[in-house]
Amino acid sequence: MTVTVHTLHDRISPPTGADSSLQTQEYLINMGPQHPIAHGSLRIILRMDGETIREVIPVPGFVHRGLEKMGENLTSLQFIHLTDRMDYLSALMNNWAVSKAVEKAAGIEVTQRAQYIRTIMAELMRLQSHALWWGVLGMDLGAFTAFLYGFREREVIGKILEETIGARLTMNYIIPGGVMSDLHPDFVRQTKEVLPYMKKMIDEYDVLLSGNVILQERLRNIGILSGKDAIGYGCTGPVLRASGVPWDLRKTEPYGVYDKVDFDVPVGSVGDNWDRYYVRMEEMRQSIRIIEQLIDNIPEGDIQTVKYGGRIKIPAGTYYDHLETARGVLGVTLVGDGTDKPYRIHLRSPNFNNLWVVTKLAVGWRIADIIAIQSTLDLVIPDIDR
Amino acid sequence: MNFVHILASAGGPGPKTFKVLTVADRALEAVNTNLWMTALYLLLAVLAVAGLIAFLGMSLIYMERKVAGHFQCRLGPMRVGPHGIFQTVADTVKLLLKEDIIPRDADQLMHLVAPFLSLTATVLVLMIIPYSPTLQIVDLNIGVLFVTAITGFGVLGILLGGWASNNKWSLLGGMRAGAQIISYEISATLAIMVMVLFSGTLSLSGIVQSQEAGWWIWRAPVVGLVGFILFLIASVAEINRTPFDIPEGESELTGGFNTEYSGMRFAFFFLAEFINIFTVAAITVTLFLGGWMPLHIGDFAGFNHAMDIIPPVAWFLGKTFVIIFIIMWLRWTFPRLRVDQLMHLEWKIMLPIGFANLLLGAVLVLFNFYFFP
Amino acid sequence: MAGLTQIEDIRRIEPAAEERPDADRPAVMVPVDRLHGLMQTLRDDQAFAFDMLLDHTAIDWHTDGDIEVIYQLFSTLHGQYVQVSAKVPRDNPVVPTVCDLWPIAQWQEREAYDLMGVLYDNHPDLRRLFLEDDWQGFPLRKDYTDEDMLERSK
Repeated sequence: MTVTVHTLHDRISPPTGADSSLQTQEYLINMGPQHPIAHGSLRIILRMDGETIREVIPVPGFVHRGLEKMGENLTSLQFIHLTDRMDYLSALMNNWAVSKAVEKAAGIEVTQRAQYIRTIMAELMRLQSHALWWGVLGMDLGAFTAFLYGFREREVIGKILEETIGARLTMNYIIPGGVMSDLHPDFVRQTKEVLPYMKKMIDEYDVLLSGNVILQERLRNIGILSGKDAIGYGCTGPVLRASGVPWDLRKTEPYGVYDKVDFDVPVGSVGDNWDRYYVRMEEMRQSIRIIEQLIDNIPEGDIQTVKYGGRIKIPAGTYYDHLETARGVLGVTLVGDGTDKPYRIHLRSPNFNNLWVVTKLAVGWRIADIIAIQSTLDLVIPDIDR
Repeated sequence: MNFVHILASAGGPGPKTFKVLTVADRALEAVNTNLWMTALYLLLAVLAVAGLIAFLGMSLIYMERKVAGHFQCRLGPMRVGPHGIFQTVADTVKLLLKEDIIPRDADQLMHLVAPFLSLTATVLVLMIIPYSPTLQIVDLNIGVLFVTAITGFGVLGILLGGWASNNKWSLLGGMRAGAQIISYEISATLAIMVMVLFSGTLSLSGIVQSQEAGWWIWRAPVVGLVGFILFLIASVAEINRTPFDIPEGESELTGGFNTEYSGMRFAFFFLAEFINIFTVAAITVTLFLGGWMPLHIGDFAGFNHAMDIIPPVAWFLGKTFVIIFIIMWLRWTFPRLRVDQLMHLEWKIMLPIGFANLLLGAVLVLFNFYFFP
Repeated sequence: MAGLTQIEDIRRIEPAAEERPDADRPAVMVPVDRLHGLMQTLRDDQAFAFDMLLDHTAIDWHTDGDIEVIYQLFSTLHGQYVQVSAKVPRDNPVVPTVCDLWPIAQWQEREAYDLMGVLYDNHPDLRRLFLEDDWQGFPLRKDYTDEDMLERSK
């Protein structure tokens, strides 16, 4: 049996003439890879009728670097630095996902100290990622000042991370067997100073943007995603939780030391833009809560159980492991063949699976709404393309 | 001839008498005596307006950048000159030297004409604003009508720019601008009408002089304040500033109607936008805040005397820059409205309030009911 | 063990399914012509209720001449995972699509087609995802070469 393969040109061939009784003609418009609000290089083709969107066709691939192919020739330690460059706003959590999969496959134990450090770092990263998301959402919707306020918060946390890790964006810190280097002596003190400051700032964000009636008009009851659709479209993370499905891997399959801390998982009810917005605001507060419980109790000990640079052999078999990044579930499928390089590594990226729901959500709304929808979906494009 | 004498109010060494004398008046007078003087006055008028545009362009753009910077917890321009005061000079030189990129399929004539239309509409209004009793180019006795007519004319530049660029994003921006500006003119005009009712004259300097007993914003009971707020919101929409900047929505339309403009033509659109801010603030100040009229409080003769020492032009500029600051403050705080929400705001909310305001104002004028008589 | 029970339950409804060895979770392998039927039952039957297709990818078993397609399923109702896979010959890798069951499969399958060359029967819009429409070859295959490729010496 033959299977027909199409091209993009077939898909966007000129639309047929009159549409509604007003004799309007549909037209195609290109929110190209270079666009002030694209959060990266994503091309979206919109078929429009006046100002109303009739069809959304995302065309990804502008940042495709072939990470999975590269992974077949790199040891797991070498691959970690590539994972930073996927969803760079949750770089540490990406590192942790691959490390976790390799540790599960090879049966490596990790010390308690390393687990504490990993959890605290991941939550700091989540705070930083959501602060930037908030700023960019403000900027997309027209409140430019929000962008700078979000970045100011990011700087504060980035400084703390940089002292320990050495980098501000591409962290390359959590490796199979532990973490790459020990905490800076000032880390605990600085983190404890930052936490009340962040709490105050999040309240200020609420006053500045969340309470603004214009923002609420732009976000409420727009882009409503039902729980069933969210599951069918493979959405995870805050997008899924805003639609009413309370699935958070940190609670259901705790890793790191998440089982030792007390925190809530914010879940929305309507599944509109506003729910997706507010779920993330609440997640910021919960992250602060988690860090507060852990920061004083970091146990002493080694930070690595595998000699640094030692080759980790991945036994033959298919392994899948996942964790919750700032944007959703990042899964790693590892197929090992007994050597230190995987036979196949596949990354189930949260942004790739969250992207496609926009083809359903934005139909029937206007351009301003698709921008709001994309902002609240919080996509990072390199993660879509890998 | 257009001399108007205002009688001093009763009691004590009263406030100054303000005699209004415009440049047009002087030129007209000079026709009888010396034609060279007429020509000189007209030339002075032209140079003054040109100088004013240049000065306003430089200072407003610099002010915007500094205000934006400080709102965003950063400093703004600091390097070009002390505290960056020559930044706009550098920007202007850059824009003048930049290449004018014109899309090949754009409508060449319309693409060229559109920025000029925008700038012309704005500059025409600059000519009739009363900056001080002796600093006014022309005082038309239908001043208010002229203002509303010319600001309506300004939308033509944006529409043409959007259409002529041969770019779907520009077209969307231009169309949105057309709908927006035409709608909000109605609210603006309704607010202006209330003030005309109170002042009893359409001429702008007449309106300023009628506020000698007190600025209309508080002297016209309630309707003055409501009218002020309506006029301010409508004017911000007229000049395409956030929260109403969807025609140029940077984050949505990559620049809207001025996507395909660069170099000198973009400079004209940009300049037109900033001079528009000044014009709109000046009209607001003239109608609601007393123009160049100093602040007088009832019977405090000493206070009034002190207020009179400050020259009227300083009063005018001070009030205008406060309003400009408020307009900039709005831009850097609020997100932007979606186009249908914007229409909803105008037609379903501001228009009914505007009409009610006008009716109430008419009743109040009929019964001669003012605050702080 | 809950895992084994699951496999036995699956085998009860679909005898052709066999346990896939050396996987870290309940995993079955079915012949490709039984794939769609099994997936439908796994999603619709409330005892399984696998309503989320978490991941779908393909593995190129070059030396065996097969491509294996793997589906990771998750049930939000029961909180359980299962892995379903099928092998197709490399020179005619036709697999029935499951995008009528889980909408996200439409794009996960396009990625597998783009990078591995798996053809999906009845797919509404099968075309390349990341690469240009006129790209030749499938990069993730083990025998892929092109003139710009750089080889690392082992």
